[in-house]
Amino acid sequence: MANFFQKIGDLDRRVIFLLIALAVIIPITTDLIIPNIVGAEPSRDMFDYVDALPEGSNVIVSFDYDPSTMPELQPMAEAVVRHLFEKNHKVIGTALWPQGAALGQHAMSTLADSLGKEQYVDWVNLGYKTGGAVMIVRMGTSIKAVFPADRDNVPWEDIPMLEGINSLKDIQLVISLSAGDPGIIAWVMMAGDRYGIPIGGGCTAVSAPQLYTYLQTDQMVGLLGGLKGAADYETLVGIEEGPAVKGMSPQSIAHLVIMMFIIIGNISYFSRRKGGAR
Amino acid sequence: MNWEILGIWLGAAVTLCLYSFLYRDNPFYKFVEHLFVGMSAGYWVIYSIYNVLIPNWWENLFPADGGFDAIWLVPGIFAMFMLARMVPKVAGLSRLALGMIVGTGAGLNMVTFFQSNALAQVKGTMISVAAGSVWEVFSSLVLVVGVVSGLVYFFFSKAHTGFVGRTANMGITILMVAFGASFGYTIMARLSLLIGRCTFLIEDWLPTIPAMLGLGG
Amino acid sequence: MRLVIPLAITFTAGMIMILNFFIPHQPFAFLGEHLQEWYMIVASGAIFLGTANLLHVHVRKMKLRLRNWQYSPVTIIGLVVMLILGLIYGVEEGKPFDYLFMNMVAPMGATMFSLLAFFVASAAFRAFRASNWRATLLLSSAFLVMLGQVPIGAMIWNKIPLAKVWLMAIPNTAGQRAVMIGAAMGVVATSLRMIFGIERSYLGGAD
Repeated sequence: MANFFQKIGDLDRRVIFLLIALAVIIPITTDLIIPNIVGAEPSRDMFDYVDALPEGSNVIVSFDYDPSTMPELQPMAEAVVRHLFEKNHKVIGTALWPQGAALGQHAMSTLADSLGKEQYVDWVNLGYKTGGAVMIVRMGTSIKAVFPADRDNVPWEDIPMLEGINSLKDIQLVISLSAGDPGIIAWVMMAGDRYGIPIGGGCTAVSAPQLYTYLQTDQMVGLLGGLKGAADYETLVGIEEGPAVKGMSPQSIAHLVIMMFIIIGNISYFSRRKGGAR
Repeated sequence: MNWEILGIWLGAAVTLCLYSFLYRDNPFYKFVEHLFVGMSAGYWVIYSIYNVLIPNWWENLFPADGGFDAIWLVPGIFAMFMLARMVPKVAGLSRLALGMIVGTGAGLNMVTFFQSNALAQVKGTMISVAAGSVWEVFSSLVLVVGVVSGLVYFFFSKAHTGFVGRTANMGITILMVAFGASFGYTIMARLSLLIGRCTFLIEDWLPTIPAMLGLGG
Repeated sequence: MRLVIPLAITFTAGMIMILNFFIPHQPFAFLGEHLQEWYMIVASGAIFLGTANLLHVHVRKMKLRLRNWQYSPVTIIGLVVMLILGLIYGVEEGKPFDYLFMNMVAPMGATMFSLLAFFVASAAFRAFRASNWRATLLLSSAFLVMLGQVPIGAMIWNKIPLAKVWLMAIPNTAGQRAVMIGAAMGVVATSLRMIFGIERSYLGGAD
C-alpha cells in the first residue's frame, strides 16, 4: 500500500485532467441537482438591500468584467438585473471593461424582452469608458459629462429615463459586477467613500476574500462571491434551476475530487519522506 | 442559414481547439490562441472609438450646434503623443502623455487609498470592539488582534524578536488562514469557469449535432 | 529638459487631483473635472498604442521568420476583421461585430481561463503539502472554505457553512485588512514619490 502511494505521486497530469473533467461532466449529464441553501451570507444582505429600495429607484449596474469570467458573473448579472426589473427600478448599465458593455447589453436586453421592459424607459446601457476610478470621480459631479451618449450613440437628452439624473447623488445604488481592477474597489473608493452612494457588488470568487473587509466597515451593502454568490441570488430571486444553481452540483463534486487529490498527494509525500525519497 | 446554430458551432470549435492543449501544445491551440489575441484587440479599438473617442472627444471638439472648441485639441494631442512611442525619433513625446496619466492617477490614488483602505479600515477595526454575546466579543478580539499582529508582521523597521517577534508570528498565523481562504476561493473560481464551458458544450452544442448532420431533431 | 516637462506635468496633474479632493470649489473643481475628462481620452490612446505594438510585433515576426511566425497572420486577420466589421456595421446588438464577439471572442476568452481549472488541480496534487503546522492551517482553512461554499458541505455537516461564514468574516477579514492597510500606505508613499518626481521609472528609466 505504501508503495502504491509513493508511486501515485508520479501520476501523469493528464490523468488528473481527465478526472477533473469527469467530475464536472458527470453531474451535468446526469442532471444532478444539489439544492442550494442560502445562509447568513453577504449575498442575502445584498438581496435584502435591493428588495427594500423604493420602487423606481435609479440603480447603476456596472458590468466590469469580460468573457474570461463570464461563467461566474453572467448568471449574477442576469439574476441581479431580473430582480431590479421585477422591483420596477430604473437600470443604468455602465462598463469599466470594454467587453462588459456587450455582455451587459445581452443580459439586459434578453431579460427586458421577457419581462416587458422598454429600453430608454426602464433600462439603458451607457456603455464603456476608459479611466476606471477617474471616470467614476467625474460621474460624482456629472454623469452626462462622462456619458454624453449611450453605447449605441443615442444622445443623453433623447433618453427619457435619464431626465432628472445629473450626478451620482441621483443614484440610489451602484452594483458593480467585477472581475478585478477597475471594478468594485474603484466604485467603493470613488462613488461610495467620496460621494456617499451605497455600493453593492458581485465578484469572481478569486477576489471575494479581499472584499470582505469592505463589508465589515459598511463600505459595501452586500457581496455576491463567485458562482456561490450567483446561486444564492438566483435562489433568493426565485429563479428555478438557473445556471448558477445548476452549476453548484458539479462544483460540489469537483471540490470533493480536488480535496481528494490534495489528501492523496500528501499521503504520497509523507510516505515518500518516510521511505527516504525526496 | 441558421446563424444561431452556426454561432454555437463556432463557439464549440474554438472551445475544443483550446482544450486540445490539455493533451499537448498543437497547431489548433496556437491558431485559436493567436486569433483570440487579434480579435480581442480589434474589439478594444472599436469600443474605444465608438464609446470614448466619438462621444467624449470628437463631439466636444466639434459640438452638435456647430463651431470648434479648440481646448479639446489638448487631450487629442496628448493621446497622439502616446502613439509617439512607436516612432523612435519622437518617442520622448510619449513621456508627456505618461506624465499626465501617472500624475492624475497618483493624485487620485494617494487620497482615496488613504481614505478607503487605511483610515476606514482602522476605524472599522476599532468600532468592531463592541459589547454583545461572549462569541461576538471573542470574534471582535480575534479581528483586532489579527489586524494588529498582521500589521506588525509587515513592519520591518524593528527586528522581529521578543514581544514583536511573538506578535509577528501571530500575524503570520492569521495571514495563513486568510491565504487558505483565498486558495479555497481560487479553486472555486477556476472550476466555475470550467463548469461554464462544459455546460455550453453539453447543453448548447451537443443537441445541435443531429440537426447539423441532417438527422432531424 | 527631456524630463523636466513630463515631471512638471505629473506634478501639476497630481496636485490638481489632490486639491480637487480637499477643496471641491473653483478653480480646482473646474481644473479637476477637465483633467478627469481629458484623462479618459489620453488613456484610450494606450489602447491604440497596444494595438499598434501588436501589429508591429507580428509583422516583424513574419519578416524575420521568427518562431511560430506562421500564426502571426491569424492574429492580424482577426484584428482586421473585427476592425472592418466594427467600422462598417457598428457595435449594436445582432450586428456582425457583436455576432463575432458573442460567438467567438467570448467562448475563446472563457475557455482560455477555464484551462486554469486543470492546472490548479494538478498543482494542488503536486505542491499543496501539510509540511508544517502553518501549512496545515492554510490547508484546513482552504478545505473549510471549499466545503462551506458548496451545498454538499451542508449535507456533510450543517455547521460547515456557518464556520465558513465566521472564517470569512473574522480571521480572513483580519488578514486581508492587514495586507490592505499595508498596501494602502505603500500606494500613498509611491504616489507622493511620483508627484514630487522622486520616482521616475515610469518615464522609461531615462535620467
